Amino acid sequence: MGDKKKKKREMDTRFAKFGTVSFTATTKVNDFVDFLEKGQVAGTRCKTCGTHYFPPRAHCCQCLDRAEMEWFTVEGTGRLMTYSQLMYAPIGFTDDLPYAIAVLDYGDYKVFGRIGDVPLEELEIGMELKAQANRLPNGQLNYVFNRP
Amino acid sequence: MGKVAIIGVGQSAFSRAYPGSIRELAFEAFREAMVDAGAETGDIGATVVCSAPEYDKQRSPAGVLAEYLGLTPQPTFYAETLCSSSSTGLKLAYSLVASGLHDSVMVIGFQKMSEISSAESQERMGRGADIQWESPFGTMMPAYYAMYAQGYMDSYGITSEDLALIRVKAATYGQINEKAVYRKGVELQQCLDADPVANPLKVFDCCANADGASCVIVASEAKAKAMGIAKPVWILGLGAASAPVNLAGRDLFNGLRVAQMAAAEAYQMAGISAQDVDVAEVHDCFTIAEMMAYENLGFAEPGGGKELIRSKETYKEGSIPVNVDGGLLSKGHPIGATGGSQIRTIVLQLRGEAGEMQVKDPQIGLVHNIGGVGLYGNVSILGR
Ligand SMILES: [Zn+2]
Repeated sequence: MGDKKKKKREMDTRFAKFGTVSFTATTKVNDFVDFLEKGQVAGTRCKTCGTHYFPPRAHCCQCLDRAEMEWFTVEGTGRLMTYSQLMYAPIGFTDDLPYAIAVLDYGDYKVFGRIGDVPLEELEIGMELKAQANRLPNGQLNYVFNRP
Repeated sequence: MGKVAIIGVGQSAFSRAYPGSIRELAFEAFREAMVDAGAETGDIGATVVCSAPEYDKQRSPAGVLAEYLGLTPQPTFYAETLCSSSSTGLKLAYSLVASGLHDSVMVIGFQKMSEISSAESQERMGRGADIQWESPFGTMMPAYYAMYAQGYMDSYGITSEDLALIRVKAATYGQINEKAVYRKGVELQQCLDADPVANPLKVFDCCANADGASCVIVASEAKAKAMGIAKPVWILGLGAASAPVNLAGRDLFNGLRVAQMAAAEAYQMAGISAQDVDVAEVHDCFTIAEMMAYENLGFAEPGGGKELIRSKETYKEGSIPVNVDGGLLSKGHPIGATGGSQIRTIVLQLRGEAGEMQVKDPQIGLVHNIGGVGLYGNVSILGR
């Protein structure tokens, strides 16, 4: 009995490090956090059908059991599709105010995230920005959009 | 497949904080719909209960409500698509009746948003998106719609003033809707001077939380006839669609694909086009949402929405009256009850019973009800 208790299954909770506040700790794409640690933003690609997934997925709903998933890193710049600056924030994010969220179009995929150190008055839909891994003051990891 | 009618509608007053329990709140809408239809509980074959569960303390409210409303032992179950839950309920009720499984089904939508504390509500708002990939950035509903507003402004060159005109219209009718939570008029300058919530949306661009309930009774043609319903309103077309929850999966930021797709499906089923609609209720949780709805429903060409509101074509006397009951902006938005409230407004309009809000002799009405930020789209077309 005692032994059994000790053999409690270890959960891989690396994903708890993602974001100012993380709402989920376990996912099959936990390696995403390791990429962020290395300064990279990564998605997954299904080798079977060639689809790029961002945010990364562990599965391909088209290829099912024929899917072969691999990681790719988000390189270069994406076109700013839209953005908004928040003046109110949910609990846990008020210290970050004001901040802006945005979507970048990378062609094969899009990336949802936060604007980094680009002054808001300089933001313009259509401009090119670059997704970059980022370490937050509270030790958590995320990614932000900056000028290339 | 036989015709399906709406034979009774009801709605509680929408309020900031309802001084009672969810079963009592639901009863207020239920009582009005039952009296409206001249129905007895034995006439109701099944109930579909609709709400957004994150605000409910009660687990599985369907059984609790059915018991209080005297609708046991008939089957009851729960439907949820966020803010469009009760439009989804209507679609389920239609299916249950059209299939012949039941000859009458009740749709009850409710939300007691004051059931939880504002701290709890704040916490839930943070989870109102893709909790794995979006919420960790600190997202909120107004910010998502603000991203559509930014995209729309960039595409079509509208200003904050165009959006404010929509709020001014809503407030015009909120003043004459005794069930609305916001009964005051709103001046254009008041909107423009208000604090920003998430740029470019300001305080008056956003609807308010509310407590409320709605009730819609659906029946087969034969049942409606047997009950002696004088003015049945027929369900002519239903459309629904879904979209990726993460905005990284969206291809459009100046309109909602789910609304376009739901509208196309509903128009096709009804065998009509946008020009045939005489009165509409659209999901104006934010002013930008109504502007996009004008175009997604085909009342205006892409980018043409601003002309409709500037020329007051969507006022009661205009060519396509929209939200002449005050909309979500003035009525308030008790999530699960909202769709049923919109349906009720259109049913009353088609029967000529909308009182001060009545538009002139409408034959066909439309309800556009969106769940989340364009996550779920529902369009229902009703006719006399
Ligand atoms: Zn694949």
